Order: sequence, then C-alpha cells, then structure tokens
Amino acid sequence: MAAVEETVEQVRRVGADQYKYGFITDIESDLAPKGLSEEVIRFISAKKDEPEWMLEWRLEAYRRWLTMTEPKWARVDYPAIDYQDLYYYAAPKSTAGPKSLDEVDPELLRTYEKLGIPLHEREILAGVERPEGEERPRVAVDAVFDSVSVATTFKEELKKSGVIFCPISEALREHPELVRKYLGTVVPTSDNYFATLNSAVFSDGSFVYIPPGVRCPMELSTYFRINEKNTGQFERTLIIADRGSYVSYLEGCTAPKRDENQLHAAVVELVALDDAEIKYSTVQNWYPGDENGKGGIYNFVTKRGDCRGANSKISWTQVETGSAITWKYPSCVLRGDNSRGEFYSIAISNGRQQVDSGTKMIHLGKGTTSRIISKGISAGRSSNAYRGLVSAHRKAEGARNFTNCDSLLIGDACSAHTIPYIEAKNPSCVFEHEATTSKISEDVLFYCMQRGLSQEDATALVVNGFVRDVLQQLPMEFAVEAQKLISVSLEGSVG
Amino acid sequence: MTALLEIRDLKAEIAGKQILNGYDLTVKAGEVHAIMGPNGSGKSTLSYVLSGRPGYKITEGQALLAGADLSQMSVDERAAAGLFLAFQYPLEVPGVATMTFLRAALNAQRKKRGEEEMSSPDMIKRVKELAKILDMDMEMLRRPVNVGFSGGEKKRAETLQMMLLEPKLCILDETDSGLDIDALKVVSNGVNQLRSKDRGIVVITHYQRLLDYITPDVVHVQSAGRIVRTGGKELALELEETGYARYQSEAA
Repeated sequence: MAAVEETVEQVRRVGADQYKYGFITDIESDLAPKGLSEEVIRFISAKKDEPEWMLEWRLEAYRRWLTMTEPKWARVDYPAIDYQDLYYYAAPKSTAGPKSLDEVDPELLRTYEKLGIPLHEREILAGVERPEGEERPRVAVDAVFDSVSVATTFKEELKKSGVIFCPISEALREHPELVRKYLGTVVPTSDNYFATLNSAVFSDGSFVYIPPGVRCPMELSTYFRINEKNTGQFERTLIIADRGSYVSYLEGCTAPKRDENQLHAAVVELVALDDAEIKYSTVQNWYPGDENGKGGIYNFVTKRGDCRGANSKISWTQVETGSAITWKYPSCVLRGDNSRGEFYSIAISNGRQQVDSGTKMIHLGKGTTSRIISKGISAGRSSNAYRGLVSAHRKAEGARNFTNCDSLLIGDACSAHTIPYIEAKNPSCVFEHEATTSKISEDVLFYCMQRGLSQEDATALVVNGFVRDVLQQLPMEFAVEAQKLISVSLEGSVG
Repeated sequence: MTALLEIRDLKAEIAGKQILNGYDLTVKAGEVHAIMGPNGSGKSTLSYVLSGRPGYKITEGQALLAGADLSQMSVDERAAAGLFLAFQYPLEVPGVATMTFLRAALNAQRKKRGEEEMSSPDMIKRVKELAKILDMDMEMLRRPVNVGFSGGEKKRAETLQMMLLEPKLCILDETDSGLDIDALKVVSNGVNQLRSKDRGIVVITHYQRLLDYITPDVVHVQSAGRIVRTGGKELALELEETGYARYQSEAA
C-alpha cells in the first residue's frame, strides 16, 4: 500500500480510541438549575459571594445577549445549540473553598494525577524532561474543574514578589478594585455572542496581576477540565502585566469522552502596560469527538490582548489538537506606540473536526509591529481554516506585519482554507503575507522509511519539521509534551 | 553460503507498464558490483523495486536479501534488515535537523533489530568521525535534511548516512551525478571504507568515471529491463570506448 494511503488509513483508525484523557471522574456535583435565566445568573453570583456591581454587570450582559444572534460566518457546521438544555454551573460538592491542598477531595487529586497535572508543589508537570543535574522548572498551577477552581499552587511564594495568581472568583473578593478596573476593558460585554454569554455566566478562571518591574519568578499555568455532563464551561481569565513586568502563562485543557457535545465559551483578556510583556501559550486538547463526529467540545472562545502601553508586547502561541469545532481568534490590539503582537499557531484537525481559527492584529499606535506564523495540518475528513485580520488605523504610522500561513494536507478527504483580511488606512504601513498549501509528500515519506523509520514515525517527523518554527516558541518545558501530542493526534499508535 | 542478494527472473511494473523483464543478479558478501546501462534501461527502477518504493510492483520472480523475501517486507523492515539506497536525488525534509534525522533513523533500525539505542554522546562522536572522512562541516548537520544543500553536499550526506547505518547491502543510484572531481574522490573514499567481507555493494552508474575510484569485482550491462552482459572491471573500460549503442539495438 502506498505510504500516504497507509497514513490515511491509520488516521482513520485513530478517532476516539486515541483520546487518553476521555475518562470521567465520579464525583458529586452541585449544579445550578438547568437552563439560562436571571435566576441562574443570580444563583452563580450568589455562589461566588460576589459584590453587587458584578451581579449587575452579569445581568446587563445577559439582557444584551438575549437581543443577539449566534454568528454564522465561520466555516463550521453544527446543529443548533439549545441554550436552555445546559447547566451553567457545576461544582464538585466537596470543594466549598478548600484552604489547602490537604482539603482537596482525593478523587480530584487523582483526576489531576491521571492528567499529569501536579497539584503538589514538590511535583512537576508530567512529560517535562530535563537533562540530569539541571534544576527542574517549577510551574504554578490553577486547576479549574467544571465551573470552579479547585486548587492553586505556589500562591504564597508568588505573593512574596507581589504576584497575584488566584481564581477570578477569589480576586473579585480580595482585589475587587483591580478586577473592576480591567474586567471587560479588552473584550467588552457587548463584543460578540459567545463573549456576551460568557460575561453573563462565567463561573471561574484565573486572575493574574504582575506588579511594575517584576519578572514573574515561574511559569503560571491554568488547567481546565470539563467533567460534568451537559455542562458548559465558561471561564474567564484576566491577566494584567503592569509597567515593565513579564509573565509567561500556559493554559491546558481536556474533557471526558461523552456522546453529546459540550460547550466551552471562554474569554481571555490580557492587558500589557508600558514596557510589559505577556507570553500566553495554549495546549488545547479538548475531546474532539469520535470518528463519525459524535460528541466533542464546541470551543467558541474569545481571546484578546491589549498592548495598552508603549513598547509592550503580547505573544500568543497555541497548539490546537482537540475540540469538535474550534472558533477562536486570539488577537492583539496594538494601542501603545511601538508595541508588538505575535501569533504562533499549530492547528491539527483529524476525523470530523472543524477548525476556523486565526488571529487579528489591530495596529493603532505608531511603529507597531506584528508577526503571524500559522501552521495548519488537516487529516481525516476534517476542515481547517485560517482566518486572519491585519489592520492599520490612520494613525498607525510605520506599522509592520509579517504573516506566514502554511497548510499541510494528509489524505484527500480533508480541506484547508486560508482567508486573510488586510486593511491599511495609513500609507506608510508595510504588510507582508505568504501562504502555502501542500500535501504530505509520498516521496519524502519513502525516503524517511528507507532509512528505517516506520510509517508513523516518518509522518510524525515530517509534521514536526513542518511545525518547528512554532514549536520553538513554546516554553521549553511544554515543547516536548506538545511534540508528543502532535504525534498522538495524527498517528494514534504512540503511547 | 547464501548470497547476500539473489534476484531470480524478476519482473516488475509501474502503473501497468513492465520495466523489469526477467532480471537475474546474485551479489555475494564482500563483492562490489557495478550495473551500467543506457538511460531508460530501468537501472533506477531496480533500486526502487528492491527498496519497496510505493507504485513499483513485482509481478513475477523473487528478490531475496540474505535469504529473506523482500516482497514480504515493508520499506522500513527492508532498511532494518540492512538494505540501504543512496538516492540519485536525495529528498529534503524541511524543519528536521540532519542530526535529529540520523538519530531517529539509526535508533529506529536498532530497535527493530532488538538492539540497544545508541546514546547521544556516542552518536555525536561517531558522526564527527564520519564527517571528517567525508570532509563535511558539522554545521551542515545542524541544518534541515538536504534543505539548501548543493548537489555535492547532498551526496556526501547520503554517504554519511550509509556509513553510519552500516547496512549489509548498499545500493548507490547514480551517486556520481552532480559531483565534481574532488567530491567524487571524497565520496568514493567513503564508499571504499565500507568495503568489507560481510557487505555487498551495488553501484548503479551511467559513466565509467566513478569506477576509477570504486573498483568493481563484477560489471553488468543492463538494457531493456534485464542484464544482457556480465564481465570483470575491464568491461567498464570497454563500454567507455564503444558506448551503449550495440546493447540498445540488441534489446530492441
């Protein structure tokens, strides 16, 4: 059988069996009544013991949402979502505010152990490999299970350098002035259908504040897990890097295998003030559904960073392998003069997955620069679209962008699309766009196999070579893991 | 003793077109064979059929490597069993550093043979020795496989891979094409170092030139998909004088 045919065959067999995070944790949950109403929003807000203004904020968003319609422009196709048939709040019963790790339900600890996420501070993330003798990197983790944060590690140590890293529900109680000052200033409650819904019902997520001049002493990470049936996850993340600070943040996600689709509509807001830098990395591995397209996560996410200060920098790096449907455009608003935005993405689709993803680089300030490197890999019967906007405001004197979009096709039942939008209102900007689409070469696979590599290893090697530019952008500790994830997503034989 | 490579009455086709028409060839361990012939006589086809390139189909006859039927083995199994093909046009593998590629290939073969993987320090040491023999800069090995390599660099890299993998049977497909005289000497020197009583080498070439540096024990003339004449190294010189014209008409 021809090499490419064999790869296609293997890819076909992959499907659901290969998703190793598909287990369900049997834990009693505290659920809000099914469906969406003002009562449910009041219920969520009360559960979180929120200030009055927060409840009003949510209700206002909810009322606006009722007047909006779901966006239909993306290249994705799915049956209508019944928003009244979902739970908007689910929390493990035992986690009514654990004070320390010792109080966290052992069943939850076991769940995170199985996922390779350390909730004990002496441990490190699974899959992290370092040469012997070198100090192991430490990573602070905020673990969000369904609608609540169940544990946050290294909080005390971070506090010493003034860094605030906690669940957003806790931040609303402990640091209301900071939350109120920044929440919704990057993604307003009116932004889009899913972001507005999130504003009304968001339950938890992470809050990060890095004080002026501080370089965050370790990687921060949030790990999202959807467990409960028929439950939407609506987390909200807010990261503020004050003047001259730096933070690197990583987000990971998995969900059990369930036959019905689950909705994930998150909002992430980043604010970088003068000379600050935020590096935000995502390894998205939500359950993609089975080979017939049954089940899987609908990932409708709004992520945006605001380079609010001069010389600030925001960099998005993402490795996307999961979700039945991905609708997501991590963007940068380059407001501050000479600010810089970066977007590095690897999006892999297999089976019946549908991806419509990309970025927006909005150049507002003078001398702003941006760079987009997108690598899409389609296999199986999937559809993978890059959609990107690069725009320059009239005042964006000397703005520059470089965009490179490459698509790789494996097999002949998948598709790749590149949809770039470029709008320049200032004649001095320089925008460059490069795009390629290619099929995985049978000759190259043959060459690799003639040297002794199996079909699967040869494919993984070629794909890893294809995405190398982007992998290099990931924090080193996660690059190894991401590389493995890519092999698993495409091959199914590894692990 | 079993021959290293035994081809018996082999017929093979590409897309329904028969290219090999009853091929017979026996290579014993320790021997160097040269296969010469005019363009279009199926020389490269032979190398692809033996290595299992997709699309090349054996319709009749047999090809055995150390007694094992090649048609029953996948491409990578043939490689692990000791068959190496030095490509006429080596492929580029963008984004994959040559050193990474070498390590992946060597350890994949070792694993299939049930051997221990070679450690990184041992591997680097060995590659350095080989690079020196082939007059290659180590910097080149950090670059992606064959990407941006000159013709000569590609052939040196192929030879380095071959020397590292230590195959039982080396098939060199037009290794001399695209090489200047200095590179030809260096590459030939590498190949000559591989000559051993346990190894067989098949050199496929259009020109006699390469055989000035790699002296064959046996020379075959191939035409229209089979071997039409076999002789000693003097046969190559004779061909240099007379050309292939008479073999082409013979086959027609």
